[in-house]
Amino acid sequence: CRGSAMDLFGDLRRMNKRQLYYQVLNFAMIVSSALMIWKGLIVVTGSESPIVVVLSGSMEPAFHRGDLLFLTNFHDDPIRAGEIVVFKVEGRDIPIVHRVIKVHEKGNGNIKFLTKGDNNEVDDRGLYKEGQNWLEKKDVVGRARGFLPYVGMVTIIMNDYPKFKYALLAVMGAYVLLKRES
Amino acid sequence: LRKNLEDFTGPRERSDLGFVTFDITADILNGKKCIFDWNVKQLFLYLSAEYSTKNNALNQVVLWDKVMLRGDNPKLFLKDMKSKYFFFDDGNGLKGNRNVTLTLSWNVVPNAGILPLVTGSGHVSVPFPDTYETTKSY
Repeated sequence: CRGSAMDLFGDLRRMNKRQLYYQVLNFAMIVSSALMIWKGLIVVTGSESPIVVVLSGSMEPAFHRGDLLFLTNFHDDPIRAGEIVVFKVEGRDIPIVHRVIKVHEKGNGNIKFLTKGDNNEVDDRGLYKEGQNWLEKKDVVGRARGFLPYVGMVTIIMNDYPKFKYALLAVMGAYVLLKRES
Repeated sequence: LRKNLEDFTGPRERSDLGFVTFDITADILNGKKCIFDWNVKQLFLYLSAEYSTKNNALNQVVLWDKVMLRGDNPKLFLKDMKSKYFFFDDGNGLKGNRNVTLTLSWNVVPNAGILPLVTGSGHVSVPFPDTYETTKSY
């Protein structure tokens, strides 16, 4: 029997251009479908980022680093005390997952609210922009409606160890390109 | 679910600050069943005050919260609790406000799945006095 490396070269030589293009198209279709599903989720939930990974321990013991959260951001959903919101501070990219502890809503629908991590001693005013004391609806990425533990760890590992990310992508790419339909 | 409390207010800068002491007697259930079923990891309980002022049509302030883990007693019997967080109004809407309602709610955190917010049945109204306290006896 030949070793698996020899088999691989044999496969590559036997593939003609047409088969290669076919495999590439297959791969592109898979990627496009995944993107479409993601865009579809953005539309259905109303949130620009319907699935987020918890990055810190500020909401323990409910959520831990690596947990996955599913968000919705319906315009008509009012912001109420006790809700878990994911928000971005103006000018910063990192979404923060904390709980709403104060809400002041005017008759015309204008809302300002304050957040705090369950596991933090103090509220989030220290995290907001300089001079900013409240959050508004526009800062909200979404409301946490559901969660899955641990699943998001993959994203964190890929972020912290880029070599792992490239290795994973290389393996996935090789699998898809070389997989032959019988 | 019953709460009793006494209170007085004091101005800080230009906003009203309310002081509330309360008792909580509660039994957290899911309909008639125990709230801690196989998919409930913990509950995040919070006591919130809800009221209207001239400045804002709706105000909600969380006064106190507690994590109740699976395995803890779902019956609460707390007396003479002070609020954990400062009860600041956005303005001076606490003075003379007769309609501040306290309710106990909780966030069910599952092992995996949906995160519902549930409000307990039963609530208490706290009328705030018309004058400010000038002596600090809290």
